[in-house]
Amino acid sequence: MRIGIVCPYSWDVPGGVQFHIRDLAEHLIRLGHEVSVLAPADDDTPLPPYVVSAGRAVPVPYNGSVARLNFGFLSAARVRRWLHDGTFDVIHIHEPASPSLGLLTCWAAQGPIVATFHTSNPRSRAMVAAYSILQAALEKISARIAVSEYARRTLVEHLGGDAVVIPNGVDVDFFAGARPRAEWQGETIGFMGRIDEPRKGLPVLMGALPKILAERPGTRLLVAGRGDEEEAVASLPKEMRSRVEFLGMISDEDKARFLRSVDLYVAPNTGGESFGIILVEAMSAGAPVLASDLDAFAQVLDQGAAGELFANEDADALAAAAVRLLGDPKRREELRTRGSAHVRRFDWSTVGADILSVYETVTDGAAAVAADERSGLRARLGLIRD
Amino acid sequence: MATLIWILVGLVVIGLYLSWTAGRLDRLHARIDATRAALDAQLLRRASVAQELATSGVLDPAASIVLYEAAHAARQADEEQREVAESELSQALRAVFAEAQQVEAVREAPGGEDAARELAQAVRRVPMARRFHNDAVRAARALRRHRKVRWFRLAGHAPFPMAFEMDDEPPAALADRAGT
Repeated sequence: MRIGIVCPYSWDVPGGVQFHIRDLAEHLIRLGHEVSVLAPADDDTPLPPYVVSAGRAVPVPYNGSVARLNFGFLSAARVRRWLHDGTFDVIHIHEPASPSLGLLTCWAAQGPIVATFHTSNPRSRAMVAAYSILQAALEKISARIAVSEYARRTLVEHLGGDAVVIPNGVDVDFFAGARPRAEWQGETIGFMGRIDEPRKGLPVLMGALPKILAERPGTRLLVAGRGDEEEAVASLPKEMRSRVEFLGMISDEDKARFLRSVDLYVAPNTGGESFGIILVEAMSAGAPVLASDLDAFAQVLDQGAAGELFANEDADALAAAAVRLLGDPKRREELRTRGSAHVRRFDWSTVGADILSVYETVTDGAAAVAADERSGLRARLGLIRD
Repeated sequence: MATLIWILVGLVVIGLYLSWTAGRLDRLHARIDATRAALDAQLLRRASVAQELATSGVLDPAASIVLYEAAHAARQADEEQREVAESELSQALRAVFAEAQQVEAVREAPGGEDAARELAQAVRRVPMARRFHNDAVRAARALRRHRKVRWFRLAGHAPFPMAFEMDDEPPAALADRAGT
């Protein structure tokens, strides 16, 4: 099958959607499909052979922050050329509702279009104003995928219609087979994510740490991620700061070994998550998981059966649960076993097969993707001769 | 004279807009046809695999009869009875494949591995195809309810699109694909 995938965010900036598209493309290529990914990228960044650059993304203020988006005449022309050269059987657009490449492709293409909705942005004013234009582009999509039941619900509320739920994929065996590192073992709590992004929840964990250390003084907190380390520990009493170790940004291999080593993985995120891939990765590596009870997290953790949940933003609840788990090796072992069995459904072998099922459902008997030539009007008025 | 030109320009703009809307509607109707064809194909595939399994002798006689009856009814049902018959096939499949052991028994029979895989695929794809179809129907209905479409009869003689409502819950033993 010839598959075209559209990535809305810059390929050179790391992010969940980009990683998902990379893994999906590589999985499909391994299965013998022809895949081309259209993504914004600087012209001089090295790209894998299956990625086609759609030009540089422009930083513009959008929806309360500065987003890097692709739009305008040049990008539209590149999209059309890519569609024309690719002769795809199906195209798979990610985040079609964000004003970037996804929407442009939706606008410019006709034929079987699959779209995945990743985030659950609150409905913006611009989206309300542009609703009818957006609808005209989005109604070309033949099949919609949401990454979680939560993302599906927001999609139904904001745009109407329906979607099938297919979770994000993880290479479970990569994490399950990683070797632990001795210096990261022994009463360790793991945290991963941007340090200076409050929604990742490090301040909540820092608030809980004094209580955890009071009960279990041997505990160490390992923090992997970028950000200002001084500022992160500023709220802690001085004598406790040595119990926190910052590892900075770590590679994929180290990430797997990190998750494999820690005694407890804590995800104190306070919001803005629509899936929670890190929880799946932690469970794949066999780390017992303790996470805030966000809708998306509760779903990934099977409502608390595959990992424990605590009340969101409640440092005391987090501390109590962490102390209990650290002192109960049997419960941790139980969570490891349940987690490892539960994550099989997120493995690329399962997720990839589901996505291929969607492709096959929409391409059955349909014509290939082509650029939408907008000949409709002239053809209808009889002004075009073959 | 100027007013006349403005009126003409206005009419042309309105005409272009209506034509564009008609194009949108046309594309939506084509999408409904395509998704409905895909749904039909998946439903037929599911009924065929169920019927094959029912006549294969792998299942016990009671289960075979129940499954054969439901699969046969689903394939023969006319348009009005289709949703009911397909729902009943879903229920029969859930009853027969309620336990994981039954699925294991099918897998162990000669050629059963393929049959079990095809059935698992079919019960997974039917809900997918149905959701895509109903999504297309919803989009077309939203547009057709609009004033401009009703006043100018842009939908022509195309019948008002109907969603396909059925019970498509897959059997637990086949839906839980842990380890597959």
